[in-house]
Amino acid sequence: MEIIIKPKNKWWQLDLKEIWQFRDLFYFFTWRDLKVKYKQTLIGVLWAVFQPFITMVVFTVFFGKLVQMPSDGISYPIFVYVGLLFWTLFSTGLTNASNIFVNNEKIITKVYFPKLTLLVSSILTNVIDFFIASIILFAMMFWYHYTPNILGLLLLPVLLLMTILSTIGIGLFFSSINVKYRDVRFILPFFIQLLMFLTPVIYPVSLAPEKYRWILGLNPMSGIIDSARAVVFGTGNVDWSLFLVSMISMLVYFIMGYIYFKKTERYFADII
Amino acid sequence: MSQPMIEVKNLGKKYRIGEKEKYLALRDKIAHPIKAIKSLREQKDFWALEDVNFTVEPGEVLGIIGRNGAGKSTLLKILSRITPPTTGEIKMRGRVGSLLEVGTGFHPELTGRENIFLSGSILGMRKKEIEKKFDEIVEFAGIEKFLDTPVKRYSSGMYVRLGFAIAAHLEPEILLIDEVLAVGDAEFQKKCLGKMGDITKNDGRTIIFVSHNMGAIQNLCSKCLYLEDGKIKKIGKTDDIINLYLFKNSDISEVDILQSHHVKGNGDVNITKVSVLDSKKNLNNSFLINEKINFKIKYIVKNISKSISFWIIISDSNGSPLISSFQKDGGVLLDPILGEHELNVTFDEMGLLPGFYSVSFGIFSHEGLVSWEFSDWVDHCLSINITEAFVGGKSYDGRWGKIDRKALWY
Repeated sequence: MEIIIKPKNKWWQLDLKEIWQFRDLFYFFTWRDLKVKYKQTLIGVLWAVFQPFITMVVFTVFFGKLVQMPSDGISYPIFVYVGLLFWTLFSTGLTNASNIFVNNEKIITKVYFPKLTLLVSSILTNVIDFFIASIILFAMMFWYHYTPNILGLLLLPVLLLMTILSTIGIGLFFSSINVKYRDVRFILPFFIQLLMFLTPVIYPVSLAPEKYRWILGLNPMSGIIDSARAVVFGTGNVDWSLFLVSMISMLVYFIMGYIYFKKTERYFADII
Repeated sequence: MSQPMIEVKNLGKKYRIGEKEKYLALRDKIAHPIKAIKSLREQKDFWALEDVNFTVEPGEVLGIIGRNGAGKSTLLKILSRITPPTTGEIKMRGRVGSLLEVGTGFHPELTGRENIFLSGSILGMRKKEIEKKFDEIVEFAGIEKFLDTPVKRYSSGMYVRLGFAIAAHLEPEILLIDEVLAVGDAEFQKKCLGKMGDITKNDGRTIIFVSHNMGAIQNLCSKCLYLEDGKIKKIGKTDDIINLYLFKNSDISEVDILQSHHVKGNGDVNITKVSVLDSKKNLNNSFLINEKINFKIKYIVKNISKSISFWIIISDSNGSPLISSFQKDGGVLLDPILGEHELNVTFDEMGLLPGFYSVSFGIFSHEGLVSWEFSDWVDHCLSINITEAFVGGKSYDGRWGKIDRKALWY
């Protein structure tokens, strides 16, 4: 094995071999985050359910009952819960990811390892929360008698993967820029909160005029949440054009985030 | 002949001064774009390392010495790929493990057992490897009873032992070690040095070792590299290099303390100048055996917080301390007053036999007589030469040892 250290690395070199060498780190970082997160808490992993559930109740009362928000004829609680499930994965994933390098400063300045593992692991922690919170969704589907269509069920893992990749891509950008400009941690929560209202979480995509729907798709979460609803409620009417726009924007964000990360990564230890 | 394990060519590292201390705020850049550009231009470049070239052969242990700020840590950080070089190239033929800190990646909330796995995998071990060596690590650290206790409840000694035990069981072909042995108790330090010795002798591993502890360097390293102001001053046999390092100023009897002399300290009180004088109060650093030796310490008090006391250590040419003397032993501490002051310390009969010796000074700040911290510590800043004759004229007879002591014979 030969290691060559030079002033510049090529940003397009994704060193898969190295990440494979350190693959146990994904497990250990995720495991560390989960352990630490739920240590000394009273209800432990139930927190993963608690947050989206309470939000769902509050939104149902205010937007569902009081505002009479349309929901494509689907019961509002389950309608909004599907949205919240994916949205929570994205938003908490992004929030955690953006601080990941700054929070792990001590390791980054003392030892070399693929830093990508840190970020991916932090998102994997949220994926586990996502699965736990999904139990409520299954219970609700049973309660409201919704049967998902089989073909659609195959789409769910794809949607989950798209959410993860969007979070990684955008997270890579913000976490890298956060190393240099610490304003990010003030801007980001605000930005994420605003973004929720620009994403069809509490309202259906059909609320937007058909001509302009693709604009919603620039936010990958729009296509993901809309498709998830179509699949879960068995309607099967996935808006493929919206889905495609979301898919492309996801890829663009992912590549941009990755490039920015790769360009700055090596200097983290100097500026963190 | 086999290829060198490590090849370093024209290595350089440039920092912008201020880059490390200041947090950049995006706000500033947006609000004052012109100011931001201006301040960028005003930043000065600083070469932490410049034109560094060396090679390390397989199985060789290279020691790196130099004053604080000479670039030792920067060099190690580049070799461990934590930070990239600005110029040059490094080739390393083998798996690299670096130990820049004890307990890398430890999480205080997790137990000893959990941290062994976490830290081990961050240092580059596979899960299986850790499982295989788990018992060995626990035994080496001697923490069997506390395996399931969160490390935040560990004593600092236990923490260090566990941290080192994990790192000692890494199996890279190239091992990079920074100053980590400076912590921990003497017995454990010995154990670590022993372990490191075994590693090189039995496994033929290549090690780069940075330390202020000349004794450890002497024990472990066959070759030594002396860094000064980011450049290589000299590479060569360990004995020669340590001598050069300690006795660079062997004929100087008055030294202005530089930033790089300070090893430790909170900075409340700083030593600014030290000198060595003979019995006639003339500057002199060459003495007869048992001749009276005076040291004058100039210091500046910047913050008045606690009472202080001074100490002095005389080390031999390997850097191993031989004689120490503590002002606090007299039971009286100094109450500092802001400004510059002077203090004298005299040895009537030091007893050192011929040779070169280096002198270090330090200041404790006290909280009562029992608890203290370092206010300052200037290492190997002065040297004295003991010539081959006794005071009174008798010539040196080549007797054994380093210290001559009078005793009562009856």
